[in-house]
Amino acid sequence: MKPAWPLDPKSSECNCAKCDGEKPAGASAPSGMIYMDYNATTPLDRRVLDTMMPYLTDDFGNAASRSHAFGWKAQAAVDQARDEVAKLINAQGKDIVFTSGATESDNLAIKGVAEMYRSKGNHIITCPAEHKAVIDPCKRLATEGFDITWVAPDANGVVQPEAVAAAITDKTVLISIMAVNNETGVINPIAEIGRLAKQRGVIFHTDATQALGKIPLDVEAMGVDLMSLSAHKIYGPKGVGALYVRRSGPRVRLVCQMDGGGHERGLRSGTLNVPGIAGFGAACRIAGDEMTEATERIARLRDRLEEGVMAGLDKVQRNGHPTLRVCGTSNLSFAYVEGESLMMKLANVAVSSGSACTSASLEPSHVLKAMGVGDDLAHSSIRFSLGRFTTEAEVEYVIEQTIKSVRELRQLSPLYEMAQEGVDLSKVAWKGH
Amino acid sequence: MQYGDKLNDHFNNPRNVGSMDKSAQDVGTGIVGAPECGDVMKLQIQVAPDGTIVDAKFKTFGCGSAIAASSLATEWIKGRSVEQASEIKNTDIANELALPPVKVHCSVLAEDAVRAAIADWKSKNLAANKTEN
Ligand SMILES: Cc1ncc(COP(=O)(O)O)c(C=O)c1O
Repeated sequence: MKPAWPLDPKSSECNCAKCDGEKPAGASAPSGMIYMDYNATTPLDRRVLDTMMPYLTDDFGNAASRSHAFGWKAQAAVDQARDEVAKLINAQGKDIVFTSGATESDNLAIKGVAEMYRSKGNHIITCPAEHKAVIDPCKRLATEGFDITWVAPDANGVVQPEAVAAAITDKTVLISIMAVNNETGVINPIAEIGRLAKQRGVIFHTDATQALGKIPLDVEAMGVDLMSLSAHKIYGPKGVGALYVRRSGPRVRLVCQMDGGGHERGLRSGTLNVPGIAGFGAACRIAGDEMTEATERIARLRDRLEEGVMAGLDKVQRNGHPTLRVCGTSNLSFAYVEGESLMMKLANVAVSSGSACTSASLEPSHVLKAMGVGDDLAHSSIRFSLGRFTTEAEVEYVIEQTIKSVRELRQLSPLYEMAQEGVDLSKVAWKGH
Repeated sequence: MQYGDKLNDHFNNPRNVGSMDKSAQDVGTGIVGAPECGDVMKLQIQVAPDGTIVDAKFKTFGCGSAIAASSLATEWIKGRSVEQASEIKNTDIANELALPPVKVHCSVLAEDAVRAAIADWKSKNLAANKTEN
């Protein structure tokens, strides 16, 4: 029998990662499919995979093994990644707690603060447009005696600092407001919210999953105490994330949500995912190095997409603030056309929709609802999210296909027909079901 | 959502798309659903004096299964009598298209649309009979 270890270096060298050196960094889309769902997840950058590969093979040690070189090597990889993640948010390596992803980071931040500071107060402020990974922990806490204030964003999807300030009471222990919304790409005024949280002595958590690598983040300048991050949104591996936990000014304490061997300052027990963490570090380094160039390029492509689609179609609404947005996201509602049907027409383009028909809950997007977008337009919404490997040719193709598909579906739509006939759809007595 | 071949076929090649003159005496129109719910179906039938549905047309705002369900419904009722058509069952539509459980309401809507179109035709023609007699 061949030993499982050490692996033949040749065999690891000739697998997919390295043998097709022709390709540019990054995975190519599956054959014939165009990927415009980068906010859902991103392909692993090949440079990230190259960084990870040794820790999946020869250097497989447990970072907690202090007694031998296998452990030391793993520990060194984790330390380096810790610094690389920290650098991208202007923190220090020691402030970073590695987790399984932003969902876990959000849970640890919110439940960890709630349990730790319970004697101080039982009030939490958040926003109804947050990711479910924030909403659901808050809802759970609500069943356990916490009061949650849901501060709605404005019609552009932006959370107003004044509205947050007005919600603070002497029982408030946590404010949790996302840096960038995953459905609309809208950027919240995090520094201002951080400032007022500081003034009032309230801990401030931000889910920066969709902001990392897309806009400059600075936990000091932004007054952030806890920040959730995820690797797979920035061309790193799935199942790896981090929580930044402020250690001074003020020192933030959390009740850990995973008991065990006391890893990660006792905040997150469990053997570290060394290859994943090494990949997260590399992904952060690359994102930081390339941010200026990439955001410019991607924003140009996104703007071209919107301009092209809107030039070919009427009654297209952009959801979210026109300029306070990250580079790659475009959330558009195509009136009179239902989102899932549009995605089916766009058969070889991967996008997502705020339509109920695409969710298990049969409710349209809670984000668009929180912004005051009507359910009809929420059902008609499509999120295009572009990223590192999006090309001009892809954008042109998607413009063309979108225009064609919307036109076809409008020919099929009784709402479009009624609107053409001058019927005011808001005045029709619908027989709902 | 991943659908089966029959559903995809009806979605990609919808049968009987179009509109008839709502005010025509021999046309019945059913409009069901609401934009806020994410689906609206308009289904129309043209009925011969002997009670046969000689033509059917639809337009649907909705997801892929709503469009396919209404397309299938028009195909099934064409050439049938009004009585036969009113026996159309949502479960048959759901089975034929292999609708996943969360999409069964689309077949219910299609059944409702057929019934609403028949009801409209009946009310028109009963009223007409009255004035004629
Ligand atoms: C804003 C936001 N928060 C949290 C998450 C969850 O991240 P993860 O998949 O790493 O758990 C996502 C991604 O789905 C997200 O976009």
